[in-house]
Amino acid sequence: MDSEKIFNALNQIKLSIDQHKDEIEKLDQEIGDGDHIFNIQRGIKESLDLKDELSGQAPDEVLKKIGIKIMTTVGGSSGALFATLLMGMSKKYNDELSDQKNIAVMFTEGVEAMKKRGKSDLGEKTMLDVLIPVSNELQKSSDQEDIKRIAEKIKAAAKKGMLSTKNLIATKGRASFLGERAKGHIDPGARSSQLAIDAICNTIINT
Amino acid sequence: MKKFVNNVDDILTESLTGFGDAHSDILEVKLKPDFVSRKLKPAKPKVALISGGGSGHEPLHGGFVGYGMLDAACPGQVFSAPTPDQMEAAANHVHSGKGILFIVKNYSGDIMNFEMGADMLNLEQQTIVVNDDVAVEDSTFTTGRRGVAGTMIVEKTVGSLAETGASLDECKNFGDHVNKMTGSMGVAFTSCTVPAAGKPTFDIGRDEMEFGVGIHGEPGRKREKIKTANEIVAELMDAILEDLSPNNNQEVLLHVNGFGGTPLMELYLLFEAAKKILDQKNITVSRSLVGNYTTSLDMAGGSITVTKLDEKIIEHWDSPVHTAALRWKM
Repeated sequence: MDSEKIFNALNQIKLSIDQHKDEIEKLDQEIGDGDHIFNIQRGIKESLDLKDELSGQAPDEVLKKIGIKIMTTVGGSSGALFATLLMGMSKKYNDELSDQKNIAVMFTEGVEAMKKRGKSDLGEKTMLDVLIPVSNELQKSSDQEDIKRIAEKIKAAAKKGMLSTKNLIATKGRASFLGERAKGHIDPGARSSQLAIDAICNTIINT
Repeated sequence: MKKFVNNVDDILTESLTGFGDAHSDILEVKLKPDFVSRKLKPAKPKVALISGGGSGHEPLHGGFVGYGMLDAACPGQVFSAPTPDQMEAAANHVHSGKGILFIVKNYSGDIMNFEMGADMLNLEQQTIVVNDDVAVEDSTFTTGRRGVAGTMIVEKTVGSLAETGASLDECKNFGDHVNKMTGSMGVAFTSCTVPAAGKPTFDIGRDEMEFGVGIHGEPGRKREKIKTANEIVAELMDAILEDLSPNNNQEVLLHVNGFGGTPLMELYLLFEAAKKILDQKNITVSRSLVGNYTTSLDMAGGSITVTKLDEKIIEHWDSPVHTAALRWKM
C-alpha cells in the first residue's frame, strides 16, 4: 500500500461512479432527496485534488487527510460517514502486517466507527449493508495468500449486500420516512459504496 | 429548468455574498468555512445560539441571525448538512463565555455533522434537536420525526431567552419544551428542483399532492388526489392536534409556512381554514405568523405549525427581534 495505489484506486472509483451517475441519482430520487450523487462526486473530486500534495506520504497519513478533506467539503450524511470510515481506518494502519491483514484490521475499525457515528447497523437499508459484509469477508479471508481471490470474494459480498437493501424497510436516514414505500428500491448509499468496493477490487484483480 | 444561475457550482457562494451585502447592517457572511454571524457582538456574555442545515430553505437559518434569535448559522450545500468545520469556526467566532447551544433539525446528516463539529470544540455546549413534523411516526426503530417549520419558533423563543442572560441549561431545557409544544405537517403540490440536478426531485401528477411531505421534497405519508383547501387543512390539523392534544381554551401560535412556490394569497386562505378549525374546538389563536420561512426551493405547497403557548413562550415570542427575515419591536 502506498499513496500512489490509494489515488489509483480513487481514480477507478471516480470512473465507476461517473459511469453510474444517473442510476445513483435516480435511486436517491426514489427514496431520498437527490443530493447523494453530488456529494459523492464532490468528495471524490476534492480527494483527487490532494494527489500531488500527498504524493509519497505514508498511507495512514494519506487516508487521514483525505478523510478530513471529505469531512470539510462534502456535507450531508455521506460526508460525515465516509470521513469517519477513512479517519477510522487511518488509526489502525500497521505496515508490519501483510497488506490483506492490515486492510482487514483498518477496514474493521473504520466500519465500527461508522456504525457508531450513524447509530446504525446491518439491515437498516444503508451503505452499512455493503460495508459490514465486506468487513466480515476481509476478516475471514485475510489469512489467505491469493489477493486476487480475496478481491473476488469481497466483490461478491459487496454485491450481495447491495442487493439485500432492495427488500428492506429503511430505519435510518431519509428513506426511513417512507416506511413500506421504500421496499423494492436499492439504497443509493449502498449502491455507491458497492461500486467503490467493486472498483478497488477490480484494480487488484486486473494487476 | 429556469433558474437565475451563472455557474451552478457558484450559486451558494454568490447567494451568500448577496445576502451578506443586502443585510450588512445586521450580519456578516464568512466564506470557507461558510457561516453567517451577527454584525454586533452582544454587549454582555450570553449563550451563543448556532443553527444550520442544508441550503435551499431560506430564510431558515441565516435569515434568523441577529438580535433576539441566532448568533450564527451554518449553511450547507443545497439540501445537504453543513460540514463540522463550519460549526467549529462559527462557535469559536461567536461564543462569549456562556456556552454554545446548537439547534439542529432532526435529519441524520445534520445530527452527525453537528456532533462531529461539537467534538472539535473545547467549549461548553448543548444541542436541541427539533422534531416537530407529525407526519413521521416517532419510534425507536426509525430516525424519528423530522425538524421542519417549527424550528424557527424554537430559534425565536430560545433566542429571546438567551438575550436575558439565561444559562446554557435553562436555554436548552426551554428549547426542548418549545419543541415538545410544537407540531407541524406539510403538503406539496409540485416537486422542487435542486439546481445541481437541473430537474425535479420527484414526479408528481398534475392532480396529485404529497401529503406529509418533508422540506426537501422527500416523501411523506401518502400520495393522493388534490382536494379542496378546507379538506386538506382539516386533515393536516387532525394529525397535528392529535399529536399535541391541546386542552379546551388552550392558547396557540398558528404558523402557516409556504414552501417557496405558493403565493401568500393561498397561504392566508390556509391560515383562515386552520383558524376556523381551532375556533370550533375552543382553541384560541393568540399569535400568528404567515409566510415563506422554511422553504424547499421552489416547491409549491405549505405546512401548518401549531405551538401550544404558555406565559413564558408568549413572553419570548413577543420580545424584540431584529433579523433579516423576522423583525419586530425594534
